[in-house]
Amino acid sequence: MAAGLRGSGDRPVETSPHVSDEVRRTTCYMCACRCGINVHLRDGKVRYIEGNRDHPVNRGVLCAKGSAGIMQHYSPARLSKPLLRTGERGSGQFREIEWEEALALAADWLGEVRRRDPKKLAFFTGRDQSQSLTSWWAQQYGTPNYAAHGGFCSVNMAAAGIYTFGGAFWEFGAVDWELTRLFLIFGVAEDHDSNPIKLGLSRLKERGVRTIAVNPVRTGYSAVADEWVAITPGTDGLFVLAIVHELIKAGQVDVDYLLRYTNAAWLVIDDQGAADHGLFARDGDGRPLVLDRTSGKVVAAGEAGVRPHLKGRAVLADGRGAVPVFELLARQYLDPGNSPEATASVTGVSAEQTRRIAAEIARAAFAEEVVIDQPWTDLNGERHDRMIGRPVSFHAMRGISAHSNGFQTCRALHLLQILIGSIDTPGGFRFEPPYPRPIAIQPRPHRKASEPGRPLSGPHLGFPEGPHDLLLEADGATPVRIDKAFSWDAPLAAHGLMHMVIANAHTRDPYGIDVLFLYMANMAWNSSMNTAGVMKMLADKDANGDYLIGKIIYSDAYDSEMVAYADLVLPDTTYLERHDCISLLDRPIGEPDSMADAIRWPVVTPDRDVRAFQSVLLDLGHRLALPGMTAEDGGPRYRDYADYIVRHERRPGIGPLAGWRGANGEKTGRGEPNPDQLSRYIEHGGFFEKAVPAEARYYRHANRAWQEWAVEHGLQERVVDNVFQLYLEPLRKFQLAAEGRIEPSPPPSHRARIARCFTPLPTWYPPFEGGADAGGEYPFHAITQRPAAMYHSWGSQNAWLRQIHGHSPLFVPSAICEAAGLKDDDWAWLTSAHGRIRVQVRRSEAVNAKTMWTWNAIGKRGGAWALAPDAPEVRRGFLLNHIISELLPAKGDGMRWSNSDPITGQAAWFDLRVRIEKAAAPDAVVLPQFAPRQSAVPPAPATVAYGGEWTS
Amino acid sequence: MHPAVSVILFTVTSGAGFGAIALIGAGYPLRDHPLAVLLTAMAAGGLAVAGLVASTFHLGHPERAWRAFSQWRSSWLSREGVLAVAALVGFGLHTLARLFTDWPVAGIGWAVSALSLATIFSTAMIYAQLRTVPHWHSALTPAAYLGFGLASGFLLVAAAGNVSALGGVSVALIAMALVVPAWAVKIAWWQRAASATLAARDMTAESATGLGAIGRVRLLERPHSGANYLTREMVHRIGRKHAGKLRVAAIAIGAMLPTLIAALVAWLQLETVFLLAGFVAMMAGLFVERWLFFAEASHSVSLYYD
Amino acid sequence: MDVVTSLPAPGQKRLGLVIDLDICVGCHACAVNCKEWNTGGHGAPLADIDAYGARPEGTWLNRIHTFEVTPKDAPAQIVHFPKSCLHCQDAPCVTVCPTGASYKRAEDGIVLVEEDRCIGCGLCAWACPYGAREMDPVARVMKKCTLCIDRIYNEHLPQIDRVPACVRTCPAHARHFGDLGDPDSEVSRKVAARGGYDLMPQAGTRPVNKYLPPRPKTRPDRPAPQLPQAEAGEATGFLGWLDRALERLG
Ligand SMILES: Nc1nc2c(c(=O)[nH]1)N[C@H]1C(S)=C(S)[C@@H](COP(=O)(O)OP(=O)(O)OC[C@H]3O[C@@H](n4cnc5c(=O)[nH]c(N)nc54)[C@H](O)[C@@H]3O)O[C@H]1N2
Ligand SMILES: Nc1nc2c(c(=O)[nH]1)N[C@H]1C(S)=C(S)[C@@H](COP(=O)(O)OP(=O)(O)OC[C@H]3O[C@@H](n4cnc5c(=O)[nH]c(N)nc54)[C@H](O)[C@@H]3O)O[C@H]1N2
Ligand code: SF4
Ligand code: SF4
Ligand code: SF4
Ligand code: SF4
Ligand code: SF4
Ligand SMILES: [Mo]
Repeated sequence: MAAGLRGSGDRPVETSPHVSDEVRRTTCYMCACRCGINVHLRDGKVRYIEGNRDHPVNRGVLCAKGSAGIMQHYSPARLSKPLLRTGERGSGQFREIEWEEALALAADWLGEVRRRDPKKLAFFTGRDQSQSLTSWWAQQYGTPNYAAHGGFCSVNMAAAGIYTFGGAFWEFGAVDWELTRLFLIFGVAEDHDSNPIKLGLSRLKERGVRTIAVNPVRTGYSAVADEWVAITPGTDGLFVLAIVHELIKAGQVDVDYLLRYTNAAWLVIDDQGAADHGLFARDGDGRPLVLDRTSGKVVAAGEAGVRPHLKGRAVLADGRGAVPVFELLARQYLDPGNSPEATASVTGVSAEQTRRIAAEIARAAFAEEVVIDQPWTDLNGERHDRMIGRPVSFHAMRGISAHSNGFQTCRALHLLQILIGSIDTPGGFRFEPPYPRPIAIQPRPHRKASEPGRPLSGPHLGFPEGPHDLLLEADGATPVRIDKAFSWDAPLAAHGLMHMVIANAHTRDPYGIDVLFLYMANMAWNSSMNTAGVMKMLADKDANGDYLIGKIIYSDAYDSEMVAYADLVLPDTTYLERHDCISLLDRPIGEPDSMADAIRWPVVTPDRDVRAFQSVLLDLGHRLALPGMTAEDGGPRYRDYADYIVRHERRPGIGPLAGWRGANGEKTGRGEPNPDQLSRYIEHGGFFEKAVPAEARYYRHANRAWQEWAVEHGLQERVVDNVFQLYLEPLRKFQLAAEGRIEPSPPPSHRARIARCFTPLPTWYPPFEGGADAGGEYPFHAITQRPAAMYHSWGSQNAWLRQIHGHSPLFVPSAICEAAGLKDDDWAWLTSAHGRIRVQVRRSEAVNAKTMWTWNAIGKRGGAWALAPDAPEVRRGFLLNHIISELLPAKGDGMRWSNSDPITGQAAWFDLRVRIEKAAAPDAVVLPQFAPRQSAVPPAPATVAYGGEWTS
Repeated sequence: MHPAVSVILFTVTSGAGFGAIALIGAGYPLRDHPLAVLLTAMAAGGLAVAGLVASTFHLGHPERAWRAFSQWRSSWLSREGVLAVAALVGFGLHTLARLFTDWPVAGIGWAVSALSLATIFSTAMIYAQLRTVPHWHSALTPAAYLGFGLASGFLLVAAAGNVSALGGVSVALIAMALVVPAWAVKIAWWQRAASATLAARDMTAESATGLGAIGRVRLLERPHSGANYLTREMVHRIGRKHAGKLRVAAIAIGAMLPTLIAALVAWLQLETVFLLAGFVAMMAGLFVERWLFFAEASHSVSLYYD
Repeated sequence: MDVVTSLPAPGQKRLGLVIDLDICVGCHACAVNCKEWNTGGHGAPLADIDAYGARPEGTWLNRIHTFEVTPKDAPAQIVHFPKSCLHCQDAPCVTVCPTGASYKRAEDGIVLVEEDRCIGCGLCAWACPYGAREMDPVARVMKKCTLCIDRIYNEHLPQIDRVPACVRTCPAHARHFGDLGDPDSEVSRKVAARGGYDLMPQAGTRPVNKYLPPRPKTRPDRPAPQLPQAEAGEATGFLGWLDRALERLG
């Protein structure tokens, strides 16, 4: 007993026990927040994981999932050897094979497709953090069919933000927690930035700043918010536009900000019937035009000395009329249809509450303006001696984006932010480096490989500026991509539509797929809509008895539901066993005041025959002789992923990691590879962070110091004008195409919906599913929320976390319970247009009166995840996904539309409409139940008593 | 509260055993045959010991049970242990002395008797001391335990006792006079219990969380979706109707049946050994009563779980 | 060794936690991190049985409950409610213990179980009004929050980390650790400022830990302050204010 204190009654207590032999600092991976962690090792085992206090993301704190890392890492569901399917797909019958055989087989399947028709490979990845590698690999392979999970996640949010102002909520920006005076949070349960949001909310409480939560459900962040707006799902756009209505009516907009940083003054051609009606009036150099107040003349925007007008009618050189964006905007939103009174019955938010919130926003923005005495220079060279802020901040995520009207709703929210001048100004929403990155410096989608066996000419995903950027076959209608991204179905599908891949491949619409290559996505379960249908599609055969989806290769670290459907399983390492790279080229972890990136590195060595998927991918790339993956001597260009991280250059001097570049590690962002780079990261806690200079911390869309710093550090290649797009011209181009005025134009089937939904100014339309059915057969909404202590499907294998969320009740408003005769723990049928499930009910009052909800992805398929077949996750946990269809209910137009946003293809998870009836359930299990499949891993131990060895 | 079999066995049998020992110690006339004395003593002591042994089944570490003797200054459970052992040792000596010596045993007897009653009292106090369980937290709890211990103990020793000393009729009448009030106390206990709820002590979800000032408080989600030690141990629920029926059964078997038997013994002037049937009935009734004692009791922890 | 389960004479120092219900988002981080630290620390391990089976359960020293609170005339609200041992001054769990395993330290008020002495009788858990003690299903002894006694004095940890695991990890900073016996400590001042309270005072336990109540919520029908409409609605037309605004900009 060393320095132990002595206790009452002279009892010995060891108060200074040895904690660990060594602390290794790396990055957490129980979600996409990517917090820094200190992994304490003792006797080669993980003793304790805590947050890294120096880390820019989490500043020392750690969430429940991160704290359960030990159980994740030692999970019995871990795969331990490559597997080759022996039974039918879905059976879970495999035989273990050696890596050499697995890789040879994979290379064989992939090579054959590449020679014949590379698009017959669909390579899709889940919430991995290696998209810059995987997309590059797919590009070298030459298939157009690559995307990650963003299409079913929150592409509406990302795309609406990027198109509007070159950033987005998601993880591309953050609230100015230190300066904001009013915070509104829309539709967020956890988010990718979960620890920073919690830290931020707590900071707001300390500062006495009000938070308003707009969410049908009042748990979590909404529970601690000062005010709750119990909105009806799918109607946020209307609510926001009612606020906009109030602000414009009262003149509470930042006119100076609008003039300087937005296209509010740009002239929109008013020439009914013309092919450019509704497009911007431009001069010969393509510069947009404005009406000068001084001279009354039409001149190019941004010209020195111009004082643009925001209203009035200009006459263009060709004699046609044009109107400033702001006038169109003001007229549209001043329409009484947008008033708080007119919208209340749809949104479920009273006119009084909407009006008061509008007033609070106005007050905080304009009466409590914050000023930082920091001079800065804008892109026109004008010097400003202060930074003026409108301290109202917003954050939003999937609650508004996972609807079929999500893109426009996100745009409406950005419109509101911009009208009050609070984007990247003190107290508002702030960009996180490398953002802002407006459309001008974003890629367009690429499709073409000149011939089989050649790489694509550029990245798959991007941001079309109009119909001419779509990926269509020569007929102008058939999608090039298997997921129909960048087709008329989803023109701005910046992240692809992973949720449609299996369904489309199954119906061979637009064509079939020979190899489906998936990484880290549980597509046979919680990340698909119509789960039962998808499982069937994966296992369906054609007349010859061949699987409709030719071959399936899958990399997972655990025995998930998806594993059973793979022909070949490539077992991955866990997050503590491999190198990873959280790159500025990918999904960065920067904070507003700093650029940052990070790594994971093997803090423990695998005890199984598993390999890091990224290294496997590079190995396959070499076996397939993909360009860039083979060295001059014919050997592999990169030894493994670690080697790639250090030596790969995307552009000269720009590689996966920004820190410690240059031969001696003296350069940041740009610089030749540094062989020692990873050691430097490890010494510095696994991450790199560089502070943004004070002058470059706000107004980054127009801040010269920022732009120069960004170029210097390789975040962008050139200084770029970033004018906020209140009026989004690309959308108007799609409307023109739908009106048949420009080519290519959509097939007649698509015209009406494009005309309706692609308005260049943000608009609201009812979500597609049940849009016309309000109060009809399916009167209620059903939505999911992420539990803070569970990560999608993969938390259930965790012995600790599954105790917290072992099954999922459906939380139902008391009034609905009473009407349906339901009490706590009763069973009920929940029926949608697509099907029905039987679930257990729990009454709740803190929820919108028409909405019921459950925790996401708690239900499990029997036999997966090393869980007992009668685990509570199987018997009493359920997925709403069973009754969410990937296709909208038939409308009799002969089409089956994807259940997605018509603009971006974002999966409309939260559009679901249902009815509920009491059910008998003598067996007390949820329905449907699926035949349990064989486990691909040995049985799990009955008892876990981790850590005893260190004290006994 | 979870009605654990071991604890029900413990309280009922040790109660009867120490009740019987108390009576023997106090000089209840046993049949004048050494074998009868020995057998009766063994029956009484055996019940007491069986109860104590049963109680160790409830322990996580029975092998450390000896440690429970240390805290007699503060802990009723410890006191119960110490007293039980003292009573049993005393009783053993008492019996041996009685059988094999002609020493005067009355003094030891009274001491044994007092220790036995104190043991029953302590057993009851283990529960009665708990403010967390308002049903139990009452002077009626030790009263009932003592009443039951004496009544059931009496039925046992009376069956084995020397009738001639008192006369069968009076023995039977005494039996009735012990059984009936014991249950009367229990009925009073039940009556009190009806109003001695957590809520009556202002132990509510509102005070448990301190959130009552805001409004009505109701659990939305338990911390974990499955069970835990606390929910299994303390958040046991039993339907009201079910409980009502069981009470009737307990009274019918544990009170009316023994009383009837005693009345028959008195009326028909039967051998007192027939009281043994009354003893068995009472014990059966007490098992039901004790099951209810636990099953019906609400612990304040349930406020955080229901 | 003189071991008694009588309570020590009240000491000056009363270490404990202050939990702020106004900001607890119910994330369970504190509970899991507590489990993680303690399963390899003082009183390790905290076992889980049927860990991957039909009825998983284990020992936790801290659990997060969720309550729905419905005011008479405002929408229901939700309060996430963490609960661990409150290190009571009049700790009934100590006095009932027959073995002396359960004790309260005189020097800092921490209530602990000396596991080698515990017979697993469960009485202390019955005596605790709050459900703060759990019988370990494998070790079959009583476990409870130790206030991270192997952290708060641990000389192997940097000074800044000598706080309970739950406090260090809480992403919302809803948990505070300190000496509630010292009226000038940060925690005592928080309690005074925010009206920190005891759970179930009727139980007579005099807890050291305190809870800070949720601050009042804004009711949806709170009257609206008038939007500064001075310039709106004037005769100059629907964008009349705009002219003036532009004029002001020059
Ligand atoms: N009803 C409903 N459904 C939804 C949503 C919703 O809100 N409601 N949300 C949607 C959204 S936004 C998303 S992002 C998806 C998420 O759904 P998925 O992307 O399917 O997420 P996970 O369940 O986490 O599955 C990822 C897979 O990765 C595996 N994995 C974990 N770690 C590793 C590793 O280190 N290496 C490898 N190779 N594999 C690993 C896991 O075992 C698991 O099989 O769900 C979608 N589905
Ligand atoms: N703990 C944990 N963290 C995670 C994940 C996880 O599984 N677990 N997953 C990660 C992933 S992949 C993602 S995409 C993010 C997503 O993070 P979030 O965007 O927070 O995703 P959800 O949990 O789906 O939350 C959706 C919220 O929107 C609300 N909502 C639903 N419909 C509407 C509506 O119409 N209007 C409004 N205003 N609100 C609505 C729901 O009630 C819910 O609170 O979280 C990431 N972080
Ligand atoms: S939020 Fe939690 S799970 Fe996600 S990275 Fe951070 S600690 Fe890990
Ligand atoms: S970690 Fe903090 S916010 Fe999360 S449940 Fe615990 S106290 Fe509440
Ligand atoms: S909370 Fe319970 S266990 Fe902790 S000291 Fe108080 S009575 Fe004892
Ligand atoms: S369970 Fe252990 S600590 Fe609790 S009262 Fe019994 S012996 Fe004491
Ligand atoms: S103080 Fe330590 S033991 Fe107690 S709840 Fe917090 S983490 Fe757990
Ligand atoms: Mo996601």
